[in-house]
Amino acid sequence: MEKLTVKTLQKLRAEHKEDMENRGVQDDTIHITIGMGTCGIAAGAKEALNMFLGEAYTRKMDNIVIRQTGCMGLCHAEPTVEVKMKSMPDTLYGRVDGEIAKKIISSHLLGGRLVSEYIFDYPAGDIYKE
Amino acid sequence: MNIKHYCLVCGVSGCKSSKADAVYHQLLSAGDSSGLSGEVQIVKTGCFGLCGQGPILKILPDETLYVGVKPEDAEEIVKEHLVKGKPVERLMYKTPKETKPGQSYRKQLRLVLRNCGVIDPENIDEYIARRGYTGLEKALSQLKSEDIIEELKISGLRGRGGAGFPTGLKWQFTAEAEASQKYIVCNADEGDPGAYMDRAVLEGDPHSIIEAMTIAAKAVTASHGIIYIRAEYPLAISRLEIALRQAREYGLLGENILGSGLHFDIELRLGAGAFVCGEETALLASTEGKRGMPTPKPPFPAVKGLFGKPTVINNVETLANIPLILDRGGAWFKSIGTEKSPGTKVFALTGKIENSGLVEVAMGTTLREIVYDIGGGIRDGKKFKAVQTGGPSGGVITTDFLDTPIDFDSLTAIGSMMGSGGMIVMDESDCIVDVTQFYMEFCVDESCGKCAPCRIGTRRMQQILNRISKGTGTLDDIEKLKSIGLATQKASLCGLGQTAANPVLSTLKYFEKEYLEHIEQRKCRAGKCKDLVSYTIDAEKCIGCTVCARKCPVHCITGERKTAHTIDQSKCIKCGACLEACKFDAVKIA
Repeated sequence: MEKLTVKTLQKLRAEHKEDMENRGVQDDTIHITIGMGTCGIAAGAKEALNMFLGEAYTRKMDNIVIRQTGCMGLCHAEPTVEVKMKSMPDTLYGRVDGEIAKKIISSHLLGGRLVSEYIFDYPAGDIYKE
Repeated sequence: MNIKHYCLVCGVSGCKSSKADAVYHQLLSAGDSSGLSGEVQIVKTGCFGLCGQGPILKILPDETLYVGVKPEDAEEIVKEHLVKGKPVERLMYKTPKETKPGQSYRKQLRLVLRNCGVIDPENIDEYIARRGYTGLEKALSQLKSEDIIEELKISGLRGRGGAGFPTGLKWQFTAEAEASQKYIVCNADEGDPGAYMDRAVLEGDPHSIIEAMTIAAKAVTASHGIIYIRAEYPLAISRLEIALRQAREYGLLGENILGSGLHFDIELRLGAGAFVCGEETALLASTEGKRGMPTPKPPFPAVKGLFGKPTVINNVETLANIPLILDRGGAWFKSIGTEKSPGTKVFALTGKIENSGLVEVAMGTTLREIVYDIGGGIRDGKKFKAVQTGGPSGGVITTDFLDTPIDFDSLTAIGSMMGSGGMIVMDESDCIVDVTQFYMEFCVDESCGKCAPCRIGTRRMQQILNRISKGTGTLDDIEKLKSIGLATQKASLCGLGQTAANPVLSTLKYFEKEYLEHIEQRKCRAGKCKDLVSYTIDAEKCIGCTVCARKCPVHCITGERKTAHTIDQSKCIKCGACLEACKFDAVKIA
């Protein structure tokens, strides 16, 4: 791609900022973010990832975007998964194995109900939202 | 019917100390009797921290936080908050009057980890979206080299690798040195046992390091950067490679960056995993292809570093702060943390703690807040003994110092060290001699052998510690440990040796009694030093349930059902499985 200049960098930033802020706010797309640092992967994040991918495919849910992210810092609750969707509060799940991933799809994504006992608190506020 | 409110009750499954379970059930029945069953969902959550004020109840989507909720408060919360929409003021969490900037009830402030767990580290656009490369943009288009260094000096940022040297000053030395070539090096050779914050940053936010190094390049006029990273971090390496490729594609590395005329690129060097290579002069030697051994300072790398050229060398966490400082200004950064140690510190909180994890707090936060409010206290309700900070270079912090605000200077003053930020929590079942011996063995293994005080001193200290843990130590050994320790501290060439005695000296200062017990009474109160421990079964208490015999991995417990069992001492490996298994308190440790 063309090399950025200060101007084009600022334009790019504005576009992507809007895109990121609109996740789970604007349309019906469901955003699932899985913590996949070394720690998360070692704790089984790939199993959760595969379950989300598989379930989304078999249930023909074409409005799901699954992303990876780094370590969320909750070592005691790995693997961690964040769910953002319009009709539900942003939620952070911990200790998500394949079974819980399946439950998150059926209960949270499709049933509008949180999955009890696997919800964790965000470790800190976001400095870009204050 | 759509759910209107979600009630999150904390720690129900894990927390036995609070009455969260009763609150949960009261909420359920209050919700039902108010006819809200289809509109409210009451759920149990993992630990929310803030355990001293539990049980905690959080209502979503409005994010109201209630603390100290009693079962009898449930009805009021349902009727007032959920039905009428009027939050119950008296139970709401009140922010303490003297809050530090950006601090919520969560006590954490994430600057270094601002993007970790938020962005996709393999997607440069997400980094850019969250003000990524804004600091670089400013540095290249608005600031002169000396302005950048001035901003860093205002910020008061100190090196997060352990020593705490002012970063702005470091950069200034390199900027002022005359040379045809200068280098920017990132020290990503994180080797302290129990520390992994650098890995988290490299894996979760690699562009922040690239941006910071490019800012440094402009500040000191360098064209070449190197990230020295240990080969044991394959995921971090692959994400860095992706990030470097993307930055080059976007023109954020390479020729004429952002049209400013700056040329700068970064390459990776993989370390083979020697602890001493985290020491900057050894790291530079290793980068040059030589054996990783330290050299005396001065000359400091800032003046004469890689290939004899002036070199800025910063640790990962230090660098991760820099884009933010440029973006928001040095004065903003200076307002966070303590006077002499501005900003935050990431700690890897591990050991006998409920909520192990990476925590980032403003400097000046107390250990009590970290261990109890964030960490959720000691695991399994055991008693707090000490926290080991700074790994093999640090020392212990005991109960007496739980309320000491943590920063570089306060930790040094109590004989410990910030180090890279490992924080290992110990409870009453950890033996001080055993833990100290572990760190000393680590130092013996990792000492490069170049200088005698470190090579011989660590070995001798390890031998003495081993003796003590075997019950063959003498009272002289305590004095010997102290004198060898002080000599190693004073005479060693580099930081490894200079700090290797810290665990010994610090534990002798605060836990001398435990050392003396090992020597005089041949007793290890924690039951960790196997040569000093024996397990026996109290025949009066043993009911012959056979559980211990079945749990014993070496089958050395015998006895008929319903008759007292005995342990064959010659076969016992002292694993303690029988002690844990016995429900009748019949297994004794002596």
